[in-house]
Amino acid sequence: MRKNFLLAGFSLLALAVPAAYADHLVAIAGPMTGQYASAGDQIRKGAELAIAEINAKGGVLGQKLKLEVGDDACDPKQAVSVANAMVNKKIVFMHGHWCSSSTIPASDVYNEAMIPMATVSTNPQVTERGLKNVFRIMGRDDQQGIVAGTYLADTFKAKKIAVVDDKSAYGKGLADEIAKAMQGKGVKPALRESITAGEKDYSGLVSKLKSAGVEVMAYGGYHTEVALILRQAQQAGLKLTIMGGDTLTNSELVTAAGAAADNVLFTFSPDPRKNPAAAPIVKKFRDAKIEPEGYVMYAYAAMQLFAQAAEQAKSTKYADLEKAMRGGSFDTVIGKLSFDAKGDNKLPGFMVYQWKGGKYDYVAK
Amino acid sequence: MALALQQLINGLTLGAVYGLIAIGYTMVYGIIGMINFAHGDIYMVSAFIAVTAFTLLAAAGITSVPLALAVVLFVSVLFTSVYGWAVERTAYRPLRGSTRLAPLISAIGMSIFLQNMVQLTQGARVKPIPPVLVGGFDIFEADGFTVHLSYSQVLIIVVTVLLMSGFTWMISRTSFGRQQRACEQDMTMTGLLGIHVDRIISLTFMLGATLAAVAGVLVTVYYGVVDFYIGFVAGIKAFTAAVLGGIGSMPGAMLGGVLIGLIEAFWAAYLSPEYKDVATFSILILVLMFRPSGLLGRPEVEKV
Repeated sequence: MRKNFLLAGFSLLALAVPAAYADHLVAIAGPMTGQYASAGDQIRKGAELAIAEINAKGGVLGQKLKLEVGDDACDPKQAVSVANAMVNKKIVFMHGHWCSSSTIPASDVYNEAMIPMATVSTNPQVTERGLKNVFRIMGRDDQQGIVAGTYLADTFKAKKIAVVDDKSAYGKGLADEIAKAMQGKGVKPALRESITAGEKDYSGLVSKLKSAGVEVMAYGGYHTEVALILRQAQQAGLKLTIMGGDTLTNSELVTAAGAAADNVLFTFSPDPRKNPAAAPIVKKFRDAKIEPEGYVMYAYAAMQLFAQAAEQAKSTKYADLEKAMRGGSFDTVIGKLSFDAKGDNKLPGFMVYQWKGGKYDYVAK
Repeated sequence: MALALQQLINGLTLGAVYGLIAIGYTMVYGIIGMINFAHGDIYMVSAFIAVTAFTLLAAAGITSVPLALAVVLFVSVLFTSVYGWAVERTAYRPLRGSTRLAPLISAIGMSIFLQNMVQLTQGARVKPIPPVLVGGFDIFEADGFTVHLSYSQVLIIVVTVLLMSGFTWMISRTSFGRQQRACEQDMTMTGLLGIHVDRIISLTFMLGATLAAVAGVLVTVYYGVVDFYIGFVAGIKAFTAAVLGGIGSMPGAMLGGVLIGLIEAFWAAYLSPEYKDVATFSILILVLMFRPSGLLGRPEVEKV
């Protein structure tokens, strides 16, 4: 009885204290220092411009936004103390963290304090732990296979497609996902093989592909083996198209494979600068002498997400915001955001790129 | 049929390279009875020298492929044989006459030393060179499968055959060959007869390194990428080839190399590339069970 009485007293006291801030406190956190500081800098620039724009239009629910910046230097321990500090400051929304290894422990702190967060971390575990407050505005590592497999099944329906991996956790996982996605579209891989990474001779594989009439190969693994396979295919007179994952962005591939690298496709995060709807914002960034590369546009989109969710919910309370974010759909510079039950966004997280003349770009449709 | 022919070509190419490296193992074993575990890394060093030489030549604007190949081959052989000599002089000669185990451990140490030296000075990343020798012949076509013989495969096979004939001639006909064979039979007696045994051993190491250097250049041209770790895999395969053919026997090393190349090629094409190393080493075990001294090796007779 006595306990309840005390509690009631405290809550009365809390009601009596006027809100310390007239503004909505929103926060970003990421590596503002350390070896990944360039990413932190991009996040800050994106968030600052977004908040300036939102405030110029009258803010959210009649109140201005104010930005708090946390520096975790991509260190999980520091991330937790940043998260605790942010909770004490009573932020209403967090965009961060950046490194998956920081986001995962920090998200537990925000979850306990009931603060919604939007992150760009790509590790599947970020949203696989059932935390209701976590939303992801970027792709998941394990979506790549689905994007690649669907593309292969749609584009090369008439051709024979082999699926090959290098037996590594990353490579086999990716190749299995690609094969699964292809089969989901009714295309059966003509061959399913594994090779040993670190070898130099893949002529056996190349002959096997050639005799099976394979022209397209999906590969889970790293760029070194892709370069060797391409070279040996070229030497064997086999014109081979290879589709792989984000590891194939490495330009060593082009040095080692020469002109044969023009047939390499891979999946990688979309470039929001190419989104036509975002063109005015891109121009605004460039006018402010900021190139909206990397995570700049994502940070901008995170702030838009908060502003629109709060307007839709007519509140910045956790329960209302969480409900609005989970159920709503939001027009942002990275596209139309909406989330599934886990908190992963439904946008295509990866795009198909192609190497051409030593540069890569979205594949021509 | 066409696939079999294609894999015969691929297997011979691969086997030629294994054979060239295997001769270094077998020669050293024949003369001083030790396994030179640093030999695979000598081969790796030669590949790095080749990449450096190719890059320098390209920077100097030399575009003629035969000229570039000749220069790179010369430079690589020269520097690699110096490495071979230095390894023997520093790591093995001081231990001669001590226990059998000491030079073996020293060889493993040398192998780790060379690997780490290259890793630190050249970086751990893969070093690629742009394709040097592009193109080839289409030999014939059957069931929609074109058998293709690339110029670099022709290069590897021709160079290996030339080198092997030269080598056989040198061992069987020249005075150095005689001295070398004498050392193999009885080192003390050869020394008593006035032959500089240490010099013969040094030369043997340099010759082994020369063949490894040729293999290194050929592989660089054929595959186009090298890294500091290639010596390990190639060394193990070549050592296996030497054991399969009968360690101590030079034709045996070549035969072992070609056999391993063919086993790998056919296994990868007809069964699964995943299990080709399992196949290679299973066959090694089988052969050793029935012929413990290898295919062409002679059992060592204990002299009383």
